[in-house]
Amino acid sequence: MVDTICLELESRKNFLSSDPEIETVYFGGGTPSILSSVDLDKILGSIHKNFDTKIQELTLEANPDDLNPQKLLDWKAMGFNRLSIGIQSFDQKVLEFYNRAHNAQESLKAIDLAKSAGFDKLSIDLIYGFPHPDHSIWNRDLETALRLDPGHISSYALTVEPKTALGNWKEKGKFLEADEDFVAEQFETLMERCTDTGYIQYEISNFGKENHFSLHNSNYWKNKPYLGVGPGAHSYDGKLRGSNIANNPVYIKKLKSGLSPFEIENLEGLDICNEYILTSLRTIWGIDLSYVKSAFKVDLLELQGSVLKELDNQGLISVDREKIVLKKKGRFLADGIAASLFVA
Amino acid sequence: MISIPIKPIILSIFAPRMNMQKIRNFCIIAHIDHGKSTLADRLLQFTNTVTDREMQDQLLDNMDLERERGITIKSHAIQMKYNYKGEEYTLNLIDTPGHVDFSYEVSRSIAACEGALLIVDASQGIEAQTISNLYLAIGHDLEIIPVLNKIDLPGADPEVVADEVIELIGCDREDIILASGKEGLGIEDILNAVVEKIPAPKGNVDEPLQAMIFDSVYNPFRGVEVIFRIFNGTINKGDKIKFVNTGREYEADEIGILGFNQIPQKNMSAGNVGYLISGIKVAKEVKVGDTITHVKNPCTTAIKGFENVKPMVFAGIYPVETTDFEELRASMEKLQLNDASLVWEPETSAALGFGFRCGFLGMLHMEILQERLEREFDMTVITTVPSVQFRALMTNDEIKLINAPSDMPDPTRFKHIEEPFVKATIITASDYVGSVIQLCMEKRGQIKNQVYLTSDRVELSFDMPLAEIVFDFFDKLKTISRGYASLDYELIGFKQSHMVRLDVMLNGEVVDALSAIVHRDKAYEWGKRLCEKLKELVPRQMFEIAIQAAIGTKIIARETVKAMRKNVLAKCYGGDISRKRKLLEKQKKGKKRMRQVGNVEVPQEAFMAVLKLD
Repeated sequence: MVDTICLELESRKNFLSSDPEIETVYFGGGTPSILSSVDLDKILGSIHKNFDTKIQELTLEANPDDLNPQKLLDWKAMGFNRLSIGIQSFDQKVLEFYNRAHNAQESLKAIDLAKSAGFDKLSIDLIYGFPHPDHSIWNRDLETALRLDPGHISSYALTVEPKTALGNWKEKGKFLEADEDFVAEQFETLMERCTDTGYIQYEISNFGKENHFSLHNSNYWKNKPYLGVGPGAHSYDGKLRGSNIANNPVYIKKLKSGLSPFEIENLEGLDICNEYILTSLRTIWGIDLSYVKSAFKVDLLELQGSVLKELDNQGLISVDREKIVLKKKGRFLADGIAASLFVA
Repeated sequence: MISIPIKPIILSIFAPRMNMQKIRNFCIIAHIDHGKSTLADRLLQFTNTVTDREMQDQLLDNMDLERERGITIKSHAIQMKYNYKGEEYTLNLIDTPGHVDFSYEVSRSIAACEGALLIVDASQGIEAQTISNLYLAIGHDLEIIPVLNKIDLPGADPEVVADEVIELIGCDREDIILASGKEGLGIEDILNAVVEKIPAPKGNVDEPLQAMIFDSVYNPFRGVEVIFRIFNGTINKGDKIKFVNTGREYEADEIGILGFNQIPQKNMSAGNVGYLISGIKVAKEVKVGDTITHVKNPCTTAIKGFENVKPMVFAGIYPVETTDFEELRASMEKLQLNDASLVWEPETSAALGFGFRCGFLGMLHMEILQERLEREFDMTVITTVPSVQFRALMTNDEIKLINAPSDMPDPTRFKHIEEPFVKATIITASDYVGSVIQLCMEKRGQIKNQVYLTSDRVELSFDMPLAEIVFDFFDKLKTISRGYASLDYELIGFKQSHMVRLDVMLNGEVVDALSAIVHRDKAYEWGKRLCEKLKELVPRQMFEIAIQAAIGTKIIARETVKAMRKNVLAKCYGGDISRKRKLLEKQKKGKKRMRQVGNVEVPQEAFMAVLKLD
């Protein structure tokens, strides 16, 4: 697999030709931390060989149980300067329910280890909205996380997708999702407590201290091109989006026989504009109206004047000549607001 | 439904004039599910009117819808030849609809006969609808031949049911024929009884033509086929004829008898039953009960009993997509071609846009229209609260008819409102008498009579507002009696009632399509339940929604749909963006199908909520 990924990197070295300089690299979308240091190094080498790299942020997604002092040293030596640790929860029962490999103890230990290895850019993932009679689990998780004081927290509401283990349980009535109000209350606690302790909510689900924002993720929301490598990875070159075939053997077979695993998705008319509206609205910077005008030839103020006025009246957004930004109340309803601003 | 056009069969040019003494005209009176159609099929098979190859199950019910519902919506007729003691008899079986919505049509079919088979399910006993049709038949001096059907069923109790029949029509036990349509038992007995007991038609072939229309069938290729029974005189192909009540004149392009196929004839005379084709394009021109006569030498009197059928239930019908209005209009026009009792006029609703105010014979008729729109035209519609026709006595003593809540005048402008009342007859097992009476009282009914038909079957009579019956009464009656109670009703007139218009408001805006005319004593309950139901159906939006029920300016019920608390998906990185955009676009499209009332988006189902209150 690693060889194939290197093969893909080579074959797609011109994908980002419109904006060739590589600022950030992110190893994620699964558990890349199980890879040996040799393999990781191989992939990194291939990136440097095939691309114009001026890497400012090199992130590795890691499972708490994969962390050990030796690995951390290796990663540091390879140039990784940011770790994103998939903690999810510090509650043993919740972790078991999510079927995570790590336990609560390992979660706590992982952060200490990473810090002592000198990773100052540290992010942890937390999941809220686990069904429970009260908010005690979440409050405990959140306070534990804040006490550990990582520079960055990504926190997501539990979502039950169909065709997953949880989805099947839900369908069979074995799992009852928490209701909207319950989840909203936890989201509110998350925003309040993070803000209180010096984090900035620079995106709906992302909280960072000064200088700890994820550069890599921020670029997604600013409509910057990106190349995704590996099975199921998505890419965007500024005009078209697409994804690699997700099936591992097929992915390998295609590349080995000189075929592209990449499947282009059809984007029409203002799809990209709407995608920009959707993603940028979720950020602290909001929708950059002059960018929308220059990039998509869309005058959002004019096209959606009445919608904007209604949203403004309801205290969901702030809008001026330059940008549209969600207010706190609006962050709860970001999807509906984005959809109402879509242009056709 | 379309009748398949049938190729004419070679004319029997020298057809001898039929001997009236060898004709028997009869119908079947039966309750739904008592096996009328199956038994009729057996008669047709036994007399070789249809070959086995032609045989379909429940042949007479040839609309899909009828077959599924197990009821005959439109009556038809079919002619059989039967050899009895070496002589050939002509038996005209006239089918009748079995639902109270179509009672006028039943009365005309009965008027076309000299006899009737009374078919009673040997396991179920006599039902209310059967009794009322039986009385109609007795009123027309029809000879009644009692038949106990389904005697092969394990649950059959022919002795007890026979007692009921004897009690009801005063026949002898040995007059009752035991039959099973399914097993083909008793078929010959029935045919023999038809010949022996039912009198031959009376009438004079030399008098001016006098024939009664008792049915019509729409054929898109040949126009309306008029089904008639001749009482006096003779009709010839090519005759100039007229319909007495409409005054319209036609040429008899084709006349004939109805076998399994249409069999054209040169002439037909008194006593017989047949069809007429004269290029009539619109079902409305053909009114059941009308008299056919000649333009020259017309009959002096029309056949008695003609009525213009009046709609009893009114409701708004709207397209789900506002843009489909013209298509809905076209579909309704086509349906009207073969449904003469359907009336409609354009109506506008602030909430639902352009639609039609339709008049129906009853709730079944309304459901049938909805289903036919869906099946035949792929048109899904929104139906508003059904209403009966009220009358307002205005302060200037003028009478104003109210077919819709929007017709309701301001309370200062009328003296009082009157509503239609019916006499409702319910037959039930004695175990359920208590709950039936309770239900009828809840529905503002007044008990008028209670008769034990047998030791455990009771006939109850009530005076009740029609408005209460058309709503969900029948379903409730079935539920509380475990499906066994049967209902029949007839209009007895108008009575003064304290009716009010109940409006529903969403964030202060009246939703006209949800208004209803209800009795004042029931308004509070109605409003409360409707608000509760709407609360379930109106999705949370970005702001709070007040659902209120009001009479005039007085709010009588309120529910609140809280503002949406959270509508934001957690992750949105490189791989999620397009998928998420598509998801939101899809949701937005779904919203577009909702109707806008003020700033509130209302889903389609909410407009049907009133129909499903409980």
